[in-house]
Amino acid sequence: MTEPVLSVRDFNVRFSTQDGEIHAVKDANFDVMEGECLGIVGESGSGKSQLFLAATGLLAGNGRTSGSVLYRGQNLIGMPLNQLNRIRGSKITMIFQDPLTSLTPHMRIGEQIIEALRIHTQMGREEANRRAVESLELVRIPEARRRMRQYPHELSGGMRQRVMIAMATACGPDLLIADEPTTALDVTVQAQILDIMRDLRTTLKTSIVLISHDMGVIAAMADRVQVMRHGAFVESGTAEEIFYAPKHPYTRMLLDAMPRIDHPERPGHETLVPLPDRDAKPGLLDVDNVKVHFPIRVDGIIPKYKPLRAVDGVSFTLKEGETLGIVGESGCGKSTLARAVLALLPKTAGTVVWMGRDLSESNKDELRKLRKEFQIVFQDPLASLDPRMTIGQSIAEPLRALEPDLSRTEIRERVREMMEHVGLDPAWINRYPHEFSGGQNQRVGIARAMIVRPKMVVCDEAVSALDVSIQAQIIDLILSLQHTFGMSILFISHNLSVVRQISHRVMVLYLGRIVELADRESIYADPRHPYTRALISAVLIPDPRKERAKPRVALPELPSPMDTRSSLTFLKSKRIDNPDAEQYVPKLIEVTPGHFVAEHDAV
Amino acid sequence: MLSYAIRRFLGAIPTLLVIITLAFFMMRVAPGGPFDGERRLPPEIEANIMAAYDLDKPLYQQYFLYLGRLAQFDLGPSFRTRDFTVTEMIAAGLPVSLRLGLSAIVVALFFGILLGIFAALRQNKAADYSVMTIAMIGITIPTFVTAPLLTLMFGVYGVSLFGLNLSLPVGGWNDGALRNMILPVTVLALPQIAVVARLVRGSMVEVLRSNYVRTARAKGLSSYRVVTRHALRAGLLPLVSYLGPAIAGLATGSLIVEQIFGLPGIGRYFVQGALNRDYTLVLGVVIFYAALIIVLNLIADILYRVLDPRVRYE
Repeated sequence: MTEPVLSVRDFNVRFSTQDGEIHAVKDANFDVMEGECLGIVGESGSGKSQLFLAATGLLAGNGRTSGSVLYRGQNLIGMPLNQLNRIRGSKITMIFQDPLTSLTPHMRIGEQIIEALRIHTQMGREEANRRAVESLELVRIPEARRRMRQYPHELSGGMRQRVMIAMATACGPDLLIADEPTTALDVTVQAQILDIMRDLRTTLKTSIVLISHDMGVIAAMADRVQVMRHGAFVESGTAEEIFYAPKHPYTRMLLDAMPRIDHPERPGHETLVPLPDRDAKPGLLDVDNVKVHFPIRVDGIIPKYKPLRAVDGVSFTLKEGETLGIVGESGCGKSTLARAVLALLPKTAGTVVWMGRDLSESNKDELRKLRKEFQIVFQDPLASLDPRMTIGQSIAEPLRALEPDLSRTEIRERVREMMEHVGLDPAWINRYPHEFSGGQNQRVGIARAMIVRPKMVVCDEAVSALDVSIQAQIIDLILSLQHTFGMSILFISHNLSVVRQISHRVMVLYLGRIVELADRESIYADPRHPYTRALISAVLIPDPRKERAKPRVALPELPSPMDTRSSLTFLKSKRIDNPDAEQYVPKLIEVTPGHFVAEHDAV
Repeated sequence: MLSYAIRRFLGAIPTLLVIITLAFFMMRVAPGGPFDGERRLPPEIEANIMAAYDLDKPLYQQYFLYLGRLAQFDLGPSFRTRDFTVTEMIAAGLPVSLRLGLSAIVVALFFGILLGIFAALRQNKAADYSVMTIAMIGITIPTFVTAPLLTLMFGVYGVSLFGLNLSLPVGGWNDGALRNMILPVTVLALPQIAVVARLVRGSMVEVLRSNYVRTARAKGLSSYRVVTRHALRAGLLPLVSYLGPAIAGLATGSLIVEQIFGLPGIGRYFVQGALNRDYTLVLGVVIFYAALIIVLNLIADILYRVLDPRVRYE
């Protein structure tokens, strides 16, 4: 039996707030063994992050702890700060969720790594510098020597997270605590980061605590799993036990709620409205060669402008009652496309025809009337509601604007009716958004969009900010609303598993262009484009055996959209080697009926 | 960066022009003129004087004549102080005002930043509340109250502590002797200390809560190092934007403080010039003041970029 690196005993964390005391962690007892990866899984507010922040003395000012946290026999709780600082950052290191804000913005990344090395070891500057470069190379950062002199904002999110890992591993720690290390990243980048962490485990033999809300991440990495809910552990066991024989209902619920790319239908949940014959349905929306270019200023005494091609020639059609999923990494132009289609953003070129009417020819008044027919649901439910309006007022607002003839009582009736449809108690009509959870606020957002009975709803990452269990409920809600009202949906998401459950057809975007478009069965069963394949292979499956056996497809880091060569990343044979040249535009080829793939080099 | 600076300078020209125009015509709207005295001058002499200073020409012609001379960096002669040009008068007053203002700013920065950090590190504790309360008092009491009070204490009554005589001169420049500077600099610095301390506290409280400060602490850095290396730079950013106008304000002389302590700075000229309708003097001081603010703001913006590499010149 190996020794525990960390033993947590009867550990409690409490916060005193104006609303009374919050008991964030309740009697935690567990060990982290040498060389193992312990997964801590739980939804937001379960206390999983606070537990480890408290254990390493990083608690906010109003927090108090009791119990003990033993690192190789030494109690970290109550240890004098200068002694704790010898362990923190050298023996026990941490990686945090948000790589964008977790590095000091005004220090070069090399300096930040060297700093950690210099205070924990006797190394001179030269040697520390060399070690820092090595640690960057270990996390596969290309051109490590040059990157040492860069600032965090000059790196992509994935690169920054690698820097965090390099910084956390440079001193050769015993224990690495990774708090949601991949949550803020794209799936492809997430796969790379997990891969790096897996390698580091074998080379450095470091124990890892992996904190995550994502059962897929846990399935990919953890040997043992602790499930946390409302500050307490509800179940613990090996990864096999937790995933294949979960005992606690909460664990089972977490697993059931996970959207799975390998199982499109979830047992016991709402199913997709069948759309047997697409061709028989009347067309609603016809998007033809839409482009949105933003002028980006290139500095000089007389500034010049270069176009950023956010959306660069996208065409598709949407039928009545159909859901089209739009997927792609951040920066691929999916939100911009949706906004251009809804005429919330001026197009550079192309036409959008709504039920036979060209929207670019409609004037402001006509467009305003048409808005009744297409509505949008945004990502951040709380931020997209006016905090000073009751939810009833928020839901009623589109009605007031678009159907001014309704009387007050009629509006009230419609609002109450819609609240029931979206699973909100009509008695809450006078409450404010801050009184609700994220899931409930998203129901308000959906009710607000549905109140005018639109023919089409755009869901822009509508479930991305929610916990998995809530996410599953909102997906069910959207599906059941589609059963009732039969609206079409443009469902934008970076999450391929979610898109699979909710969409009839799926469109994959890469740097503002379609690379593949097909019905959901073919795109997941028979992806043709190398980008689609890489994207699908990067999606994590909450099943340790399947997940670990899966082949991985590497993908190049997303190139600069300002460089026109980037658009031909997958068709290098036709590329002109000049960053400003007009490049060849890959054609969409129909490989089987309804399955379109952009031209690409042979794989 | 150079192209940014050049662009900013070019962009400042219209601003300056608007200021000059406004100041020029506002001065003329005010009743009276530079040569109106108790006794009326004989009409021929008055006409001669007016002609000598171009005051007999139509107003718009005077305006363009003034602009023409300005383009050659000539601020013109003072109308009231014979044989002196405005440039000479500013050159005489500036060293006094500058020395006073800069000393006050240095003192304010030193104490203000120190107190601000101190309060931020003890957020919502007794030390924080007392520093912030004193700062609030410092902001609310105007200089024309603190100046006479300090004058009374250290000048008129003459405080002595432990047998040491702490009395200080209550006025006069005395060629910038340290003893003469203490009271005016203190009076000027006190409200600035308070403003700086509040600014620094506010931004430091936020920075200390940021994710990268948590990362720095997780790295095992000492609290001193966390503050000096990781938090302080971001914490001082709001101060930089405040400093441009603040230095300009202090350096061009606090009218009140220079009057009370009888110091020969620019502020005094400005007040006298305005009262005497010394058109060129007032305009000269206004233009100088505006140019100084523009330059200092530019320096502040460039400094901002140096402190925070994320800021782009746009």
